[in-house]
Amino acid sequence: MNALSDSIVITKRQLLQLARVPEVLIFSTIQPVMFVLLFRYVFGGSIATGQPGGYVQLLMPGIFVQTVAFTLAATASGLAEDMKKGLIDRFRSLPIARSALIVGRTLGDSLLNIVVLAVMGAAGFIVGWRPTSGLFSVALAFLFLLFFGYALSWVGIYIGLSARDARVVQNVSFLVTFPLTFLSNAFAPTTGMPRPLQYVAEWNPVSTMVAACRQLFGLENEFGATAGSFPSENPLTMSLIYMAIIMIIFVPMSVKKYQNASN
Amino acid sequence: MKSVIAENLVKTYNKGNVKALDGLTLDVEEGTVLSVLGPNGAGKTTTVRILATLLSPDSGRANVGGIDVIQHPEKVREIIGLSGQYAAVDETLTGWDNLVMFGRLYHLNKKAAIKRADELLERFSLTDSAKRPIKTYSGGMRRRLDLAASLIVQPKVLFLDEPTTGLDPRGRLEMWGVIEELVKGGVTLLLTTQYLEEADQLADDIVVIDHGKVIARGTSDALKKEVGGERLEVVVEQSNISKTLEIVSRVSGNKATLDEGLRRISAPVSNGSISLMEVLRSMDSEGIHALDVGLKRPSLDDVFMSLTGHAAEVEEVKK
Ligand SMILES: Nc1ncnc2c1ncn2[C@@H]1O[C@H](COP(=O)(O)OP(=O)(O)OP(=O)(O)O)[C@@H](O)[C@H]1O
Ligand SMILES: [Mg+2]
Repeated sequence: MNALSDSIVITKRQLLQLARVPEVLIFSTIQPVMFVLLFRYVFGGSIATGQPGGYVQLLMPGIFVQTVAFTLAATASGLAEDMKKGLIDRFRSLPIARSALIVGRTLGDSLLNIVVLAVMGAAGFIVGWRPTSGLFSVALAFLFLLFFGYALSWVGIYIGLSARDARVVQNVSFLVTFPLTFLSNAFAPTTGMPRPLQYVAEWNPVSTMVAACRQLFGLENEFGATAGSFPSENPLTMSLIYMAIIMIIFVPMSVKKYQNASN
Repeated sequence: MKSVIAENLVKTYNKGNVKALDGLTLDVEEGTVLSVLGPNGAGKTTTVRILATLLSPDSGRANVGGIDVIQHPEKVREIIGLSGQYAAVDETLTGWDNLVMFGRLYHLNKKAAIKRADELLERFSLTDSAKRPIKTYSGGMRRRLDLAASLIVQPKVLFLDEPTTGLDPRGRLEMWGVIEELVKGGVTLLLTTQYLEEADQLADDIVVIDHGKVIARGTSDALKKEVGGERLEVVVEQSNISKTLEIVSRVSGNKATLDEGLRRISAPVSNGSISLMEVLRSMDSEGIHALDVGLKRPSLDDVFMSLTGHAAEVEEVKK
């Protein structure tokens, strides 16, 4: 019981930080909105889609997933910052559950994601994004997105605890997230990729997430070489499996790492 | 009863390549102050972190408030307060935010946490800056806030790692005042420092450590006796040297020594300011003008000189 309330204190701290330095929140929402506008108007014209409603329908799920994937970097650098300041030592000397600090941070970053996704959704709507499924499916898609972000947050915790320098944390996070988001169906159909890459892209968790969201928003997914494969047939199930795998691996690893931090 | 016991602590870093603690043993009697005195890299922070459950030793035993640190760290955390070498507070939040947050983490309810934060801010003269982000605090204010954060729930045992390093003389005096007050309140305190003067001012007992080992232990008086206590130093013109040597020897009751290059005459004295006045009076009546005069307290270097025969090795200059 205390473990949860301790975590919530830490989450509140993060929200308080946002209130004290609102620029952080402003920029973390401006950036994805900028992506929406750039992709919509720069590539929108040149990528032909068979979809009614045009490229923006395909784009929005991709950008949503990309944005929550970057939670990994946010969590990692936030935690690295605390480590550097010695703040972790204070938290670890308090009579609180040792997991509180990292659980609190993952929850805080998820709350931030809710705000960011809402703003992006609104921006998308303005530039023509119109999910055709029902309210329930759309809500489910956003739940998927939040959980995916939450799972990746734990990878961020592990990276944040492992690296010794905040700059390394940045680099490692980008090394993980960039190939994941671009070697996927997020921004362009995989059908144009060389055949072996199509398989990689199809099994990429980002792709299954994007495909799951598209399905939930009422779109048809397009497949090339990989048509009929398990992830392309069952993107929702596959995404859930991926999230479970990520959590099963990284939660215990991170908690253990945190307990031994600076030993 | 002993409130803190460390026995044969060994701690290595970098897979055994750096030996931070090499069989360190110390203890602190309940309600007293122990000062751990040592140069950079001696192992002070490592010792404090082990006792405060942040680090586990490679071998050895540690016990705080009757609880085994390695077996029951979570119980130890309930009775200790720690203020580390570098202020560990959230820089983007205000002083008030920080204290309320830590209060909540000590499981005070919201009202109690706010009340306690206000009390502590008042007590550490931070009320005026309570609503400013820590980023805007001076080093001394940060340090005081950090100490306040470790006192949210009155700890039985308090660890302070170099509480005055980096503070200006005024900040240092303020901090000493605060610490003295805490000690009057009955807390058991282990504090580390690089300044003999500070240990002298605050501690009942002093251990001197170097290369992860205790090299001397005693009351500050005992240590000072070993080091030789205060010295009186006078610098005079060449022509007055012999007369001054005579005066200083007579007043101090010790044979005065001369540094020829600096024309500095010095001798250990037991009663500093009285001897100083007497020397000046005698010089005055002889018509000798002192170019420079003063009392020199023994420094950490002097302690090391007399204990180990070599000056404290500064391994790395971090500050
Ligand atoms: N995380 C670490 N990795 C490697 N070596 C370390 C680490 N922490 C400390 N050391 C080494 O262990 C030794 C003792 O360090 P410690 O920090 O305990 O010294 P200290 O007495 O607190 O010094 P200072 O006065 O500079 O704070 C030093 O040689 C230091 O370089
Ligand atoms: Mg230190």
